[in-house]
Amino acid sequence: MRKQFGTLTAVDNIEFKVNTGEIFGFLGPNGAGKSTTIKMLCTLLKPTAGLLRVAGYDLTTHPDEVRRQIGIIFQDPTLDSGLTALENLEFHCIMYHVPKPERAGRIKYVLDLMDLTAHQGRTVKTFSGGMRRRLEIARGLLHRPHILFLDEPTVGLDPQTRNYIWQYVRRLRELHQTTIFMTTHYMDEAENCDRIAIIDQGKIVALDTPVNLKKEVGADRVELTTNDNGQMVRLLAENFQVGATEREGRLVLEVDQADRFVPRLLSELPSLGGGRLRVETLQIRQPSLEDVFLKLTGRLIREEDEGSKDERRLNLRKRRRL
Amino acid sequence: MEKTLELPVLESLARPERGRVRFFDWEATYGIWRRDLLKFRREKSRLWGGLARPVLWLLILGSSLKPAISNTNLPGNGSVDYTHYIFPGVIGLTLIFTSLQSAVSIIWDREFGFLKEVMVAPVPRPSILLGKALGGATQATLQGIVTLAFAPLIGLWLPPLDLVLLIGMMFIVSFALTALGVVIASAMTSFEGFGTISNFVVMPMFFLSGAIYPTASVPVWIKPLILVNPLSYGVDALRQIAIGTGAFPLWWDLLFMLVFSLVMLLIAIPIFNRE
Repeated sequence: MRKQFGTLTAVDNIEFKVNTGEIFGFLGPNGAGKSTTIKMLCTLLKPTAGLLRVAGYDLTTHPDEVRRQIGIIFQDPTLDSGLTALENLEFHCIMYHVPKPERAGRIKYVLDLMDLTAHQGRTVKTFSGGMRRRLEIARGLLHRPHILFLDEPTVGLDPQTRNYIWQYVRRLRELHQTTIFMTTHYMDEAENCDRIAIIDQGKIVALDTPVNLKKEVGADRVELTTNDNGQMVRLLAENFQVGATEREGRLVLEVDQADRFVPRLLSELPSLGGGRLRVETLQIRQPSLEDVFLKLTGRLIREEDEGSKDERRLNLRKRRRL
Repeated sequence: MEKTLELPVLESLARPERGRVRFFDWEATYGIWRRDLLKFRREKSRLWGGLARPVLWLLILGSSLKPAISNTNLPGNGSVDYTHYIFPGVIGLTLIFTSLQSAVSIIWDREFGFLKEVMVAPVPRPSILLGKALGGATQATLQGIVTLAFAPLIGLWLPPLDLVLLIGMMFIVSFALTALGVVIASAMTSFEGFGTISNFVVMPMFFLSGAIYPTASVPVWIKPLILVNPLSYGVDALRQIAIGTGAFPLWWDLLFMLVFSLVMLLIAIPIFNRE
């Protein structure tokens, strides 16, 4: 699919398939096209070109049928702050035709799930950011969607709430077999996904499980300082067939499995180094998704500051009115 | 420290049904209507505005202008009191203010994101717009009823049947005005245009409706503006019921407003639906 705003190509001919019951992550910097993609999948934007099928329905010809099968939790709040939590949920039930006899039970269920039962009668404008977020998630679950879209679900939340929401999301899949499609620019969050598509400048640059993606960047990295770096380099090359480079007094070497290599190195060092060579500090770094992103795009994911992000959002909002 | 969850047990695993979404969805219309009224109930300030307007226009302006306006210029050859004459007009003012104000809430909803929740719901767009129009009409009618309470203060006694007819007519008038408001609100992208609306829509429509002076003797170039103004017919219809005098046949008032409402809603659908 492809999406253009005037001359700006926000999403550039991307193609992917999400399996049932999967947690699928869209990872990329701000402005990469994540939200645009999600908006197209949620029928809020029409694709410029391409074929999109969601839950078995063609998006362009049957948008209402698609809307019934999905739940969406947007990046920006979409609650009515003048209504109470309960009224917001009731409104959603009506709009999604939740059968009347089931409404009260489902509302109670999602309120319990999101720990909001005590606050159900309060108007949403008195809610904190985290409570609003939880209420939005609760609302998105009311009609039991097959697919749940989460657009940056935990932006601006404190770590405890983030952690909490992630527990919910995982339990949701276990209990409801819900397919989850999410976007994020937090690396640690992306680790929770079954598969990740890395998107940059409107293109998918990689799509795989987090483990496989990290394998691609290669080996674990060990950094150490010794009392004789030169001898250490020779020793590593001769006995372990490992090349090391010296950077600011530290030796950096790449090995396949650092957790096995390091104990072997340390136990054999006294005999090989003649008792004189000592390792003074040692650090193991395993590749992160950040490294994956860096390797694939040549940039860090969060190079942009928040200011330019807000500006872009504002511009995009002007462009599409929604 | 990680908090673990005790998840409640799910009572059923019912999923949304598949298959075609209905062409029209009355339940969604009801949902939109209900939400508008819930919010209306909570906004006490609007009720005070509904009280202040009749006081200002009817009691202060009406009784001040009364000596300046000769009764013989009014229809009915001097038998109609000026405050009685403008009473339906003041109801009309209340209706147009409330109707447009409630239609403009679409812009608020867009600004604060709630419109997205509505737009991704599996609901045909015409049902949403109809709910909005009915919601605005109900709110305006309720405000109009508040204005009705001022009738005895100006010595206008209305029989119960007339009251019922007036309330019914107020609903039809407000429906037409909200439909117009929905078109304006769908087309507007920002709030900067909000002041413009009340200056360039509400006031001209009010003055060109015959609400506070008879329009029979206006200059010829103004005539077409009066004839396309839905409020002209609205005020005329209310006046015929309230004091038994008017400029157009009642059936024509009704027909104009119904056709006008329909046309406005049809215009609103594509504007509302664009990305």
